[in-house]
Amino acid sequence: MSRVVRVASGQGFWGDWLEAPRRQVEGGPVDYLMLDYLAEVTMSILQKQKERDPRMGYARDFIGAMESVFPAVAERGVRVVANAGGVNPEACAEALRETARRAGVAGALRIGVITGDDLLPRLDELIENGHPLSNMDTGEPLSTVRDRVLSANAYIGATPIVEALGKGANVVITGRSTDTALTMAPLCHEFGWAKDDWNRLASGIVAGHIIECGAQCSGGNCLYDWRSIPDLANIGYPIVEAHEDGSFVVYKHPDTGGRIDVHSVTEQLVYEMGDPREYITPDVIADFTSICVADAGENRVRVYGVRGRPPTDKLKVSIAYRAGFKATGTLVYAWPDALEKARLADRVLRERLDRLGLRFDEVHTEFLGVSATHGKLAGDVVDAPEVQLRIGVRGADRPSVERFTREIAPLVLNGPPSVTGFAGGRPKVEEVVAYWPALVDKGVVTTRVSVE
Amino acid sequence: MTMKVRLLDIAHARSGDKGDTANVGVIALRPEWFPVLQLFLTKERVKKHFEGAITGDVERFELPNLGAVNFLLHGALGGGGTLSLKTDAQGKVFSTAMLRMVLEVPDAIAERYHLPEAAA
Repeated sequence: MSRVVRVASGQGFWGDWLEAPRRQVEGGPVDYLMLDYLAEVTMSILQKQKERDPRMGYARDFIGAMESVFPAVAERGVRVVANAGGVNPEACAEALRETARRAGVAGALRIGVITGDDLLPRLDELIENGHPLSNMDTGEPLSTVRDRVLSANAYIGATPIVEALGKGANVVITGRSTDTALTMAPLCHEFGWAKDDWNRLASGIVAGHIIECGAQCSGGNCLYDWRSIPDLANIGYPIVEAHEDGSFVVYKHPDTGGRIDVHSVTEQLVYEMGDPREYITPDVIADFTSICVADAGENRVRVYGVRGRPPTDKLKVSIAYRAGFKATGTLVYAWPDALEKARLADRVLRERLDRLGLRFDEVHTEFLGVSATHGKLAGDVVDAPEVQLRIGVRGADRPSVERFTREIAPLVLNGPPSVTGFAGGRPKVEEVVAYWPALVDKGVVTTRVSVE
Repeated sequence: MTMKVRLLDIAHARSGDKGDTANVGVIALRPEWFPVLQLFLTKERVKKHFEGAITGDVERFELPNLGAVNFLLHGALGGGGTLSLKTDAQGKVFSTAMLRMVLEVPDAIAERYHLPEAAA
């Protein structure tokens, strides 16, 4: 049998199961642990944290995750690749070094740090030099929201991660690298895939896509025959066992719960998919209509035949900007006529907001238990035992949104009857940080790799 | 004559988001049922199904290799991401909303593919 490289997925987002990284390195042999922390809006949350404290701005869960896998990294040679750096990869590395020193393993870590994805300090220069960073959805130039921009990061690919691994890093921390690059880079490094070996690179991307959401390909959130998926409490996170030719098997450690089969993997393959013929990444465009998936034994799925082609000359940029405020309040109405009472409460509340002269960009009402998720498609609900009224507002004026949050509780005593479920107190006003996807020429983004 | 076939009985699905667009990947429960999705799960049928629930257009892509059809539902998420006031701001359960669809399948085809009939 040819050599295989095993990349284990230990986090699918910031907030994922804290047990998973340790279980992945202790449950059986793996070569790499891949930790994905960044969603579209995560960068802006991290940017806000960095503004408050310049030593922050990275996914702090990562430090705890590393502590839980120190023995595997220091003694057994498991290498870690994570986009935990957020908007402050250096601070993340420093925090890791500090924790490693306290644990007495600092000498065993060679930390690679990838920077250069952060375009925030360069925005005005870029706009001046003819890079409008127009919104990919609306076409508007970034200048329309420039003064409200919180963060701007280019999605970077596998190349700098491969370089860091080549320089001997056993922990690689990136900022806004693509989720898929975290899996693909170790395979490029281990197998020495050429930068224009499109089919192999595309296989690496598909491997990354399958395991980047953690257990969502191994039985978590799996609709297919969900009742029969065993032992979710003990769910095994996925591992890619890759071959030099690009083909790979997705599996999980023995004696873990969940299920990996063609159905669970296929559900993950179509997750967040656009045009399947062109899954665009900085390194390669993968064609998802070329993927072959086959069961290869219990909890083992073989993936092969993936085709790829050269990437575009652009990088996607993830920009976040301040976009007003929002708040959402809820009340629960009980039988009889629960829905009718909730509807009346909604009308009363809206009338009061009007009389107060409050104006919002949006007022949105939902009736949970009736139509909140499927709308009219859910059909008529007859005689519901209870209905949760959920009403939210969004607008530019913070005091108006504050005032709205004071109008929910009074309904308990001065609105329709049979109402409960308000113990949580007044709704919280949240600042809305909106997402602005854009493209930029590859040439203007220079990544830097340091290993120490 | 036609037979009513509920999508839930012949397919499974997963959905997610990209901005204000929800994607719904619909996968045949059995590979041999994929042609039924190809024939009857059309862009127009899906548009009609989500009428009033989405403000934009529908795009449709086939993945014969996975026995799947991927749909992009534009303007589905109340602005998307953090702007949205919806419970399902990330489109996570558009998947099962899609599977509520009842297809009208000619008897001959329903018989040929042994399709299960929707409960009345």
